[in-house]
Parts: sequence; structure tokens; C-alpha cells
Amino acid sequence: MMPTAIIDTVGVLSTAGALFIVSAGLTLVFGAMRLINIAHGSFYMYGAFLLTTIAGAGTGLRFWLAVVAATIVVALIGAAVELVIMRRVYDSEHLTQLIATFGLFLIFADLALHFWGDNSRTANPPAAFAGQVAIGGAVFPAYDLVVIAAAVAVGLGLWVLLQRSGLGWRIRAAVEDPETLQAGGTNLPLLRTGMFTMGALLAGLSGAIVAPQVAVAPGMDSSIVVAAFIVAIIGGLGSVPGAALGALIIGAAETIGTIVAPTWASSFIYLAMIAVLVARPSGLLGIPERRQ
Amino acid sequence: MLELVDVHTYYGSSHVLQGVDLTVGAGEVVALLGRNGAGKTTTLRSITALTRPRSGRVVLAGRDITSRPPHVIARAGVAYVPSGRRVFSQLTVAQNLALAARGCPGRAGPWTIRRVYDTFPALAELSARRAGFLSGGEQQMLKLGRALLAQPDVLLLDEPTEGLSPTMVDALGGWLNLLRKAALSVLLTEQSAVFALRHADRGYILEKGRVRAHGPARRMIDSRELHDFLGVGRGGDPPDGSATEGRR
Ligand SMILES: Nc1ncnc2c1ncn2[C@@H]1O[C@H](COP(=O)(O)OP(=O)(O)OP(=O)(O)O)[C@@H](O)[C@H]1O
Ligand SMILES: [Mg+2]
Repeated sequence: MMPTAIIDTVGVLSTAGALFIVSAGLTLVFGAMRLINIAHGSFYMYGAFLLTTIAGAGTGLRFWLAVVAATIVVALIGAAVELVIMRRVYDSEHLTQLIATFGLFLIFADLALHFWGDNSRTANPPAAFAGQVAIGGAVFPAYDLVVIAAAVAVGLGLWVLLQRSGLGWRIRAAVEDPETLQAGGTNLPLLRTGMFTMGALLAGLSGAIVAPQVAVAPGMDSSIVVAAFIVAIIGGLGSVPGAALGALIIGAAETIGTIVAPTWASSFIYLAMIAVLVARPSGLLGIPERRQ
Repeated sequence: MLELVDVHTYYGSSHVLQGVDLTVGAGEVVALLGRNGAGKTTTLRSITALTRPRSGRVVLAGRDITSRPPHVIARAGVAYVPSGRRVFSQLTVAQNLALAARGCPGRAGPWTIRRVYDTFPALAELSARRAGFLSGGEQQMLKLGRALLAQPDVLLLDEPTEGLSPTMVDALGGWLNLLRKAALSVLLTEQSAVFALRHADRGYILEKGRVRAHGPARRMIDSRELHDFLGVGRGGDPPDGSATEGRR
């Protein structure tokens, strides 16, 4: 393979990896609760901000602990949000839900401004992955490998959870028919709290992981939530493997767009989405909604 | 075993159940009959609190379970088999059953996945198949098996004959006898009065959210009320022949 091709491939995989983690959380929450959570982007941003604060200048063990801590804190915020607000709006109309999560999004954005200011922050990559790696003449940031590895780990973890565990079957059953699940004895409110928390956790993890690669600043909440929705829609809302596919497509579209027509790069994402939806309105791996 | 006292249930502002009184004794099979939109499904949903009654009481073995969370009602011993193809289509038959077996931890009972497979041998052969690919009859077996694994005292069946072939309807009758022998209380809804009354001990006729008549099944088969409220000819099938074929 040519060096540039390797660089591009690693770049696509790294972009797609971070996108996959955040989108997997979004798609799980949508699938199980039919909830369109705009504040998902806030969780991602908080993961990144919290990482910069907790890791500080640390590049050793402290960095890795900071990733874990930031992820856990965001998950706890998610759990609180579900218990206090979200469980009250599951039965409301989509518009009410949208307004609730959008309100949260605005509140989280203001709180972030309050805590972290509006300057962009940076995080140092961990020392072990700070440099460049050379493979077959191609040189790319070693940290890309961390992001890719994290995405693979999350993907495998979710696959095992959803396919092999009783909890996973319950989650998939909740996606399809929450009422019947509940009538079979499953504590649906508890399951939903758990799912929402898991969604927040994945967003927080993604934000914490990408922090060393990006400028951590206000506004990253809105840009990621748009990207994550596009990924989830392309893959089919509710489908985790779909989110992986969607992330790869968007990662590739972005990279190809940058090479072919840099000024139009961001349009390529939408073109990719339109192309997929024309061919498959429920997304690549989506299940058409069950008719009542 | 199960008692409904003056249950009123609304969908938004529409007053669907207008004071339903009904009892199902221990080990009794009771048919809830009525035309389209009479409120049969709503009655079952009111018992399971999938739709919460606005007033009235639902009492299970002397314990008031009105409007408790649905999973609490399930764990108290009420299993609900909804109408239609409501299996978890993405999961395999085995996964559907395993999920059901874990749904009500703490409830002891005779039902195991093995026993469900013994009762419905067809399911055993299909255990690795996704439930979405099963036929209507097979899905009905799976829904029943799932409900039984919750070790219920009371089984609520919504239109169990819907979409079944005549052979499957016969089989269903056999299963109902089996449940009766297992001393389960069963409340089943049907539009097909003939089938339901043949297998039930007692029947209720629901019209516009009210109980219009009730009594022993044997006597109801030939009753005036059946004719008046269901349009069923005395002892025979309704003119459109839907009695033995379920809906559609
Ligand atoms: N989700 C709902 N929202 C509003 N109205 C509803 C809803 N579900 C049912 N209804 C109405 O409540 C009434 C009773 O419906 P229900 O489903 O209980 O009837 P049913 O006896 O089960 O009829 P069928 O034989 O067609 O299943 C009907 O008039 C129906 O239109
Ligand atoms: Mg009905």
C-alpha cells in the first residue's frame, strides 16, 4: 500500500472510531427509548472538558485515570438527568422530548462556559502514544491507534453485551416492544435509567478519548451531535453495528471530501447520508418501525 | 383469584371502560367477548396497568394491584399474552424464552424451558430461529410459552385464535385444557364466541365498555345476549363466518 493510503486509512479509522463510540450511545438510547437526545453532545463535550481538568499536564497513569474518571462522572450526570428529567418525558410527544433535551443542551453549554470559560483547551496525549508511528513508510500520530483500539474494544464489548448476555437481550427486546417486556416482569424504568446512563457513558468516553486530538472548546457539543445523528441515521437508528458502519462511511466521506474538494468537505457527509437514505430509508441496518 | 371492581379507563378524554366488574376464580377459564372496539383489550391492559384505570380496583388473590407498575403486577402472578405478532422478532426462540424465564425472579413454579419445549415440540425444533421468522401459530406458541415461564397464577390471553388456521385453533383448545388442569386462571378475549365459550367455564359480554351479560359458558352459547350483542346466531356462526376463523 502507498504511504498516503495508509495515512488516510488510519485517519479514517481514527475519526470513525471516536464517532462510533459517541454514536453507539446515541443510537442505543434512541432505539430503547425512542428519545432524540440533543444533550448527547453535551455529554461528549463534558467528557473532553473533564479530561483536560482531571488530567492536567499528566501524561502517565494520571492521563488514563482521568479518562476513566471523566467517563464515570459523565455517566453519573447522565443517570441524574434520566432520574430527574428524562423519565418524565418518555411518554410525551417527540416535540416535548426535543425541547426538554434541547433545554438541557443549553443549560449544559452555559454551565460549561461558567466552569471552563470560552477559551479552547488542549490535553496532552499520554507519553507512550505522544509521538508518530511509521508503518511501511507512512507516518501518523500514534494516538490514532489508541482511539481505534478504544472503538474496537467498545464495539466488541457492546456486541458481547447485546448478543450474549441476558441484559443485552432485554435491551434489544426493549427496542422492539417495551410494553411486552414490562408485562413479562422486567423493570423497564430501571432498564431505561441504565440505558441512558450507558449512552452518557459512551459519549463521555468518546469526548475524553478525543480530547488530546482536538481543540476542547464550547461548540464541540453541537458539532458532534449533528455528526452522531447522521452516523446513527445512516446505520439505522437503534442499530449498534449500523453505527459502526455509519461511522466508517462518515469518516471516509470526510477524508475523501478533504482530498477531492476541501471547500466542500463537510457537504460530503450529507451527500453520503442522502445517498444511503434514498437506497434504504430505515438506514443500512435499521429495522423499520413496528406498526401498532 | 382476580377481581375487577367498577373499573373505568380512559384513552385521553375518551371514556372506554365504563365501570367493568368481573371475576376469574382460581383454575377457571373465563371468556371476555365483544365486538370490535368493545373494550376487551383495554380491560386486559387495565389489569396489567399498561393503561392505568382512572378509577376502580383490580384485586389479585385479595391483594390490591390497581395501577401498580406493570412489572410488579407480572411478578405478582399475572401474565399477559398480547394479540398479534408480539414476539421479540430479533431474538431467537430460545432467547425469547430465556428472557421470559428471568423476567420474574423470585416466583417459583413448575414451568421450565424444557417443559415448554415438551408442551410445544415445534418450538424445540425452532429454538435457534429468530422469532420474527415464525409462522403465526408458532408465534402463538412462543407467546404462550413465554407467559407460562413467568409462573403465573392468572393468564390473560388477548385474541389467541387471531390469524390461526383451524388446526391451530383446535390445538389451542387443547392447550387451554392443559392450563385448566394446571389450575391456572385464564381470562381470554375473543370475537369468536363459539370457540371461546366451548373452552371456557364462564363468559362475559362486553359492549361499549360495559358488561352486558355474563354467565356459565354452556348456557351462554345459546343465549339471547350473544345474539343481541355479538350478532351470533343461536348456537351457530355469525353470518360472515368469522367465528371459527378469528379476525380478518
Ligand atoms: N391507544 C388508544 N388511544 C385511543 N383510543 C383507543 C386506543 N386503544 C383503543 N382505543 C379505543 O378504545 C375502544 C376500545 O378498544 P379495545 O382495543 O379495548 O377494543 P377491543 O374490544 O379489544 O376490540 P378488538 O376486537 O378490535 O381488538 C375502541 O373504541 C378503540 O378505538
Ligand atoms: Mg382487542
